[in-house]
Amino acid sequence: MQNLAWALSLILMAVVAAVFLWVVKGASRPGGDGGAIARTAFQWRDRLFWLVIAAGAAISFATLREWPIAGHAATAAKPDVVIRATGHQFRWQLERDTVRAGQLVEFELTSADVNHGFAIYKDKNTLVAQTQAMPGYVNKLQVRFTEPGDYEVLCLEYCGIAHHNMRAVIKVRAGS
Amino acid sequence: MNAPTMHSADTPSARLAFQLYVAIGIAVFLLMMIAGAVFRAAQATWLPIPASFVYEIMTLHGAGMVGISGLAGAAVMWYFLRRYVALSTGMFLAMLALSLVGVVMILAAIGIGRFAGAWTFLYPLPAKGMGVWGTHAAAAFVGGLVFIGVGFLLFYLDCALAILRRYGSLAKALGLDQLFGSGPVDTSLPPTVVASTMVIIINVLGILAGAVVLVMSLVSIYLPAVAFDALLMKNLIFFFGHVFINATIYMAVVGVYEIVPRYTGRPWRISRPFLASWAAVTLMVMAVYPHHLLMDFAMPKWMIVAGQVLSYLSGIPVLLVTGYGALINIHRSGLKWDLPLRLLIFSLFGWAAGVIPAIVDGVIRVNLVMHNTQWVPGHFHFYLLLGLVPMLLGTMLYACTRTQWAETALDRAAFWTYGIAGAVFCFVFLAGGWLGVPRRFAVHDVSWLGFAQIGTLAAVLVLVTALVLGVRLLARLPRASLSAGM
Repeated sequence: MQNLAWALSLILMAVVAAVFLWVVKGASRPGGDGGAIARTAFQWRDRLFWLVIAAGAAISFATLREWPIAGHAATAAKPDVVIRATGHQFRWQLERDTVRAGQLVEFELTSADVNHGFAIYKDKNTLVAQTQAMPGYVNKLQVRFTEPGDYEVLCLEYCGIAHHNMRAVIKVRAGS
Repeated sequence: MNAPTMHSADTPSARLAFQLYVAIGIAVFLLMMIAGAVFRAAQATWLPIPASFVYEIMTLHGAGMVGISGLAGAAVMWYFLRRYVALSTGMFLAMLALSLVGVVMILAAIGIGRFAGAWTFLYPLPAKGMGVWGTHAAAAFVGGLVFIGVGFLLFYLDCALAILRRYGSLAKALGLDQLFGSGPVDTSLPPTVVASTMVIIINVLGILAGAVVLVMSLVSIYLPAVAFDALLMKNLIFFFGHVFINATIYMAVVGVYEIVPRYTGRPWRISRPFLASWAAVTLMVMAVYPHHLLMDFAMPKWMIVAGQVLSYLSGIPVLLVTGYGALINIHRSGLKWDLPLRLLIFSLFGWAAGVIPAIVDGVIRVNLVMHNTQWVPGHFHFYLLLGLVPMLLGTMLYACTRTQWAETALDRAAFWTYGIAGAVFCFVFLAGGWLGVPRRFAVHDVSWLGFAQIGTLAAVLVLVTALVLGVRLLARLPRASLSAGM
């Protein structure tokens, strides 16, 4: 998902940059009939508008048809393991920290003090999933760990001066 | 190019008030850029300062940048809106005075009280300093924001009264009667009035929500036994914060509407798509804030869906109305480039390009793996550093240039370096977000250091070029005119 977001953003930003550069390059050349340019451009804009609306409808349908937050979906799968987790300034309290690869794990997140962000990393540069840990509420985050290994949990909601040290490890062992 | 009618007196005190805003704006922007560069350099391990101090710097940078963006944006709106309606210089100065009181309180909270709760003061963090900051420090920070909010509220109420006196109602000033009417559009309604009315509506409501949550925060700071619903508080804070920061750019864009046509000789007139766009933006800016709360799974599902869908739709007016409209206006117009115009057109690119990663982040499935990574400062720096700041600079330079700007090689070098270094700075943030680097970490893991180091170098270049542009503007400030281009 990160690769798609990065690539799509770069492509669309490059398109915007190209259009700006093209127009800017010719802006100092005189001779354009402002009225004629506007009429043609507005016709194109009308088409572009409906294209963007159609793309938006397609994206919304594709990304929301199945509720993207698995733990809170109406048809949420029954988890193999439930781990209640609580955020404290500045540590994570996990009911257990070891699971088997392939299990569907549901983290039930809350906080004992301030808002925290419970983010699971496969390595330092791959964020697997996240949710907020908030006082008075429980957020359910479902994750299926497919590969064994140690997954690091970081806090992604600023929670005070040792925020960056608020970490834990989830050990995923090879399935039996 | 919309025949302005000078409704506010062009008095020496009004001119001095504008000059004060410009001078303070430049100084604070530069100081806050230094704070931001220090924050990045600390992440790069190039500045050996304790984490607690880094978070104080982060808090200062956030609060300072949001506050000065609001004041500078309001100065641009005041500068042009007063050509159509009678605005009070006293209220304009009252906003500055109250903001300065707020700034002193915030500086005391951070510098003396060691407050480091971030500018977002997310409940109940201000009350839980873990012994690092005390109740009075937290209260001074929150109270400082209240003073700033009251100042803005006075300014917007003065603008609203002036618009009501001239146009009869906010609906008419927003052009709703024309949008839903059947006759031809009366193009004498200036885009500046439409944009200003939108900002007044959203920011009065935003600041009122902010006032409520700030008072609730003060109660929680002094009466810890009183607990509020954390999700409600989060909604109020993000509604206020989202609306306020968005309003800054919607105020500054008035400068584009007013100035670009003077270079091209093509008037920027209202039309039904223009009015529809501003009416839609009025609603969407207020309704879209749940896209900040997509990872709060306890939020009602309809609000989460609205956050994603409206996030996408919000990009349309920016890209297809304002950005596209500016390009049509300048295309083959025979304009002559100078520094103010370069900055204004570049700012539209920064805004238009910056909304793309923001929209991408507004998709729930993307947000699950990119929320609160550096993707977020990546996109908001794109449309603030490369959008809002050049928009403000371009407008203020224009206001200080009675005749055409005599552009020097230094101006051109500063402009291009600012643009390129600023883009690098933002793309490094975006690349960090792509690879999961967290935002708001004082200390970075070894594998993330490269991003922080390149980002610091780019930040220093941005700072140096902003200093050059700022000094150029200050040097012209004595020539500032309230009737530039008229």
